[in-house]
Amino acid sequence: DAPSHPPGVTPAMNCRAEVLEVSVEGRQVEEAMLAVLHTVLLHRSTGKFHYKKEGTYSIGTVGTQDVDCDFIDFAYVRVSSEELDRALRKAVGEFKDALRNSGSDGMGQISLEFYQKKKSRWPFSDECIPWELWTIKVNVVNLANEQERQICREKVGEKLCEKIINIVEVMNRHEYLPKMPTQSEVDNVFDTSLKDVQPYLYKISYQITDSLGTSVTTTMRRLIKDTLAL
Amino acid sequence: AMDTDLSSQDRKDLDKFIKFFALKTVQVIVQARLGEKICTRSSSSPTGSDWFNLAIKDIPEVTHEAKKALAGQLPAVGRSMCVEISLKTSEGDSMELEIWCLEMNEKCDKEIKVSYTVYNRLSLLLKSLLAITRVTPAYRLSRKQGHEYVILYRIYFGEVQLSGLGEGFQTVRVGTVGTPVGTITLSCAYRINLAFMSTRQFERTPPIMGIIIDHFVDRPYPSSSPMHPCNYRAGEDNGVVYPSVEDSQEVCTTSFSTSPPSQCVFTVTKAHFQTPPPVVTDTLKVPVMGLTFSHQLSSSRLSYQPAALGVGSADMGYPVLFAGGLNAAHPHQLIGPGKEGGIPPIPSQPAHGTQADQEKMCTPLDGVHYSAATPSSSEDTETVSNSSEGKCGSPHDLLETIFIRKVGAFVNKPINQVTMANLDIPFAMFAPKNVELEDNDPMVNPPDSPETESPLQGSLHSEGSSGSSTGNTHDDFVMIDFKPAFSKDDILPMDLGTFYREFQNPPQLSSLSIDIGAQSMAEDLDSLPEKLAVHEKNVKEFDAFVETLQ
Repeated sequence: DAPSHPPGVTPAMNCRAEVLEVSVEGRQVEEAMLAVLHTVLLHRSTGKFHYKKEGTYSIGTVGTQDVDCDFIDFAYVRVSSEELDRALRKAVGEFKDALRNSGSDGMGQISLEFYQKKKSRWPFSDECIPWELWTIKVNVVNLANEQERQICREKVGEKLCEKIINIVEVMNRHEYLPKMPTQSEVDNVFDTSLKDVQPYLYKISYQITDSLGTSVTTTMRRLIKDTLAL
Repeated sequence: AMDTDLSSQDRKDLDKFIKFFALKTVQVIVQARLGEKICTRSSSSPTGSDWFNLAIKDIPEVTHEAKKALAGQLPAVGRSMCVEISLKTSEGDSMELEIWCLEMNEKCDKEIKVSYTVYNRLSLLLKSLLAITRVTPAYRLSRKQGHEYVILYRIYFGEVQLSGLGEGFQTVRVGTVGTPVGTITLSCAYRINLAFMSTRQFERTPPIMGIIIDHFVDRPYPSSSPMHPCNYRAGEDNGVVYPSVEDSQEVCTTSFSTSPPSQCVFTVTKAHFQTPPPVVTDTLKVPVMGLTFSHQLSSSRLSYQPAALGVGSADMGYPVLFAGGLNAAHPHQLIGPGKEGGIPPIPSQPAHGTQADQEKMCTPLDGVHYSAATPSSSEDTETVSNSSEGKCGSPHDLLETIFIRKVGAFVNKPINQVTMANLDIPFAMFAPKNVELEDNDPMVNPPDSPETESPLQGSLHSEGSSGSSTGNTHDDFVMIDFKPAFSKDDILPMDLGTFYREFQNPPQLSSLSIDIGAQSMAEDLDSLPEKLAVHEKNVKEFDAFVETLQ
């Protein structure tokens, strides 16, 4: 499971947190979540680093592609990486299923956290220090007829446009980013497991809120192989 | 001078970054308005020397236009690079949709590291631009272009001109990057009068009669630079739909090659100076965080050329752009000799007969398509303009578009299909039937109350009233977001406000339609006896019904 922080350390000290909220129909959950997560990861992924002798490195190229949504009048750009797309779809699919099965009012949130690893001496496990946290709060609505659905398609599309603009605003603040690591440190900053791009280390988790407003399920999903190394 | 603190090497690098950033910005914007999905491939090994570590293809004509507009200058205070996106209907009316502005202000960040931080932030800004170009209203319009309208771009350099966007335009900021010589800002001002035009309204085009669009504006500035279509693609139907072309406009097909970007290699060394490899043209050392940071810029345009091809060979098969396909695969990048970063000399034009073979689309690199470039006359790309029309017949033959509209019962069904070519109302298809605007639109006029409508018009049509209109001449307005008192205003209002909006102008009843009123009137009169007979037969039922109401 997730490495824990040594007692007494507040992990969120320098972590900036952004919260986005969307109301969507059930069938729109996946696309809306993917649109937001991919947009964030577009900004938080670089090309693969290739370290050479004497500590020099070169950076690979990040390709991008347009994605059209089927249930929302919306399109977004994502990084061209099937591995990354698969990982996000898996997480979002689980979130969607959890929302549906929870029997709640259809409220939940999914979080994307970027963190750095800091090696600790034995017996402590490595610290994960988050530096940026994105939370998307989702409210699932049920619609009565086709008319409403059509309006919903457009409205959610417009709302997502606003969210993209919000995300870009945050990215443009040029606030803290981990410094570029040396070769020995690269796995503490970046996820180097993908073959074509290199996102910052991230993890995705979600919570479903029951009708009392308390969160009943917290699932930490680690999408990086590094967990197993600990 | 402001930049005395900046080493000359840094200054050179910075200028180069800004220049290529400007060129890539233009590429991203124009490609986002081609009307097609863009797809480029990630490449883990940096063969590609792609600027800013992003795979952004270079459409040569676009780079050419950008360089022409910049004329060797860089964005500076008061000298902004602007990409104007506009729409032009098959009738020839045009309207500005967006102005993307790359500006420089005086706020300098002396501390920032040029070759490292500035470069990475410019990369981030390009990513933001990729994202933002999909969320302004013109994106959806551009995805639907081809038949009734096309999207054009124009690049100019100098003062930003926003007056063509209509009143109440909105601005979105893409981002800023501070540099030692000023802060680069990238933003977009966009027209909102068409902002909420849903795609429904293109699929179900309203009847044209009586709609008055006042968005049509003459281009306020006789263009100092020509407009260009974003979409080079052949129409999806047989036959190519071309807009009627003004003299100053160009509809170009060009042979395609990418311009060779330079390669950036970041090195992090510990007080160790690299021996530059042979292709290096610049070497920069900037102390960063106690490490010596050495940065090499190399122009590697020859390094990835396939061995079989000779440079400058006239036999090179340049992939053809006409399909709008951004179809350069890395191994097949054909680089001609030229200035570093410059456009290679454009070879012969493809014959327009190749249009028929054109692939549709920007395809992912692994599915790249080529049409063999058939050398024809070696005309300059810029003067191609009307030559394309010769192959396609007169443009006017092709301008008739047929509108078929789905409407509910009792609605005016046009006897003849309305053809666009017969109508002389500009932007008729953009009838702002259900345009909803933010409250800050100063062009708002409240709608006239629909007194002339018969009570039967309140009946619900299966398709709703979207996209249709009445013969009501009071449609030259745009409607504000209607918030009736006591109505809910949550994310999905299906409340009084929405209801009112949706059904405010339902389609005209056939009997009340002006254009075929006379004809249907005659029909109605003829059919009256028959109808009366039917009603008389059912008189008992009617009576029973009336009973139940009492």
